[in-house]
Amino acid sequence: MISVRRTRTARAGALVAAGALAFAAGCAPADESDDAASDSASSDADCSVEALPLKNAGRLTIGTDAPAYEPWFVDDDPTNGEGFESAVAYAIADRLGFAEDEVDWVTVPFNTSYQPGAKEFDFDINQISITEKRAKAVTFSEPYYRAAQAVVTLEDSEYADVTSLDELSEAKLGAQVGTTSLEAIDQIAPTQQPGVYDDTSKATQALELGQIDALVMDLPSAFYTVAAVLSEPSVIVGQFQPETGETEEFGLLLEKDNPLVTCLDATIDDLSSDGTLDDIEEQWLSQTTGVPELS
Amino acid sequence: MTVAAVSTVTLLVVLWFVITSAPGWERVRETYFDWDDAKASFPGIARAFVVNIKAFLIAEVLILALALLVAVVRVVPAPWMAPFKLIATVYTDVFRGTPTLLVILLVGFGVPALDLQGAPSDVFWLGIIALTLSYGAYVAEVIRAGILSVHPSQWASGRSLGMSYGTTLRYVVLPQALRRVTPPLLNDFVSLQKDTALLSVIGIVEALRQAQIDSSRDFVFTPIVVAACFFIVATIPLARFTDWLSLRAARRQSGAL
Repeated sequence: MISVRRTRTARAGALVAAGALAFAAGCAPADESDDAASDSASSDADCSVEALPLKNAGRLTIGTDAPAYEPWFVDDDPTNGEGFESAVAYAIADRLGFAEDEVDWVTVPFNTSYQPGAKEFDFDINQISITEKRAKAVTFSEPYYRAAQAVVTLEDSEYADVTSLDELSEAKLGAQVGTTSLEAIDQIAPTQQPGVYDDTSKATQALELGQIDALVMDLPSAFYTVAAVLSEPSVIVGQFQPETGETEEFGLLLEKDNPLVTCLDATIDDLSSDGTLDDIEEQWLSQTTGVPELS
Repeated sequence: MTVAAVSTVTLLVVLWFVITSAPGWERVRETYFDWDDAKASFPGIARAFVVNIKAFLIAEVLILALALLVAVVRVVPAPWMAPFKLIATVYTDVFRGTPTLLVILLVGFGVPALDLQGAPSDVFWLGIIALTLSYGAYVAEVIRAGILSVHPSQWASGRSLGMSYGTTLRYVVLPQALRRVTPPLLNDFVSLQKDTALLSVIGIVEALRQAQIDSSRDFVFTPIVVAACFFIVATIPLARFTDWLSLRAARRQSGAL
């Protein structure tokens, strides 16, 4: 299990930054107070806009997939600052010293975000879960969000009222490829091979057609799916914390060994300790409370 | 012979040197050719590849039957067949013109949406239907071309022996036609074998999708290479058989047999 609340005292260069994630993975969780102490030191010293290693000097280039779904983005437009990830991205940009018009967005399909070689973005923000193995191919920032998994089904489904994961073991489940949800399905130990889909729209289609009984996805996406994507009446059966995979934590994705991660980590620490991240979460993901836990 | 061997080996050595000395080779090797990742993903992909083989074997039989029917309907001259000929022509035009991927999406998600009584809801069979419809159109055209390539004198001699049109087709023309088009037919089946990977789009976990699951979980591409190897290994026997048949046909034609 990876713990990403980590201490950082070094005003680190590239080497330290590269090692930081692997280091943190093996490390015991540290106190929050340590974070706060080290933040100001590193963010003041190295992270002026001129000193940052950027793709385009003076501009912050951020990647995300298209379409950009709610509640992570609003109106499929990452540039409007609305939606959780767009707001986080602009908060980070602001803290680093970029004006709103100094931020550029590029479209990065999930499957190409981890291809080896040079990236066309400074960082990618796309609900990408941090895992140790993935960190061999790319560099992750500290997490800016921790997500629970949710089970979505149609209102008239026989699985609409279940209260435990065990009761779902006979169901035909579905999830999107490349998500931690797909791994979280192992926790349910289903007797049928789950359906695996390229994207949310195909997965919801299969649910509506009865090709699968229930869909597993992260909780905020589940809210959006039930409210806006599915045309038939549907419900969130409940939520659960994934135990089979690593903890579901979303991080910024960077090109492997990109030293920019040091400043991003410091910024995320800042935003976390001064409550900004909580505020953004409250504003865009507030509905995620009040969903029953599946035991 | 020696020259061929030397030039082949030289080319391979040069290629190997150029690729491995590229600055990004180490990263490429780790990402695409990692032995541990390959071993880890192998059993899952092997299990999933059974789905591809099953889909291929079932679809192939259905495709041959459908294609033969369509091809024959299109060449038979009987006037009462006109509406069926029209249907057959529209069918080949539509399905030969539509990308297989779209046919799979349309059948996989569209047919169940119709809520037809008795229509299959199992995605595997929907996938088989889609592959059959798509490839049936190509194969029908191949078979029709074969039938049309048989010289008219063969028809005439069959009829003059007192055989009916159907009997002539069955015993004189079709055997010659099918023998002629065997290489292109097998070629289509090689293609079909690979296109079973497209079934992943409607949620079926076959070899490619299993590889993609492993790949996007750990951000490595080696599982994709492993899946590619499965397809290559399964295709080679069919490809060599096709080559051998074409060669034999060419020899016969030139009278060298």
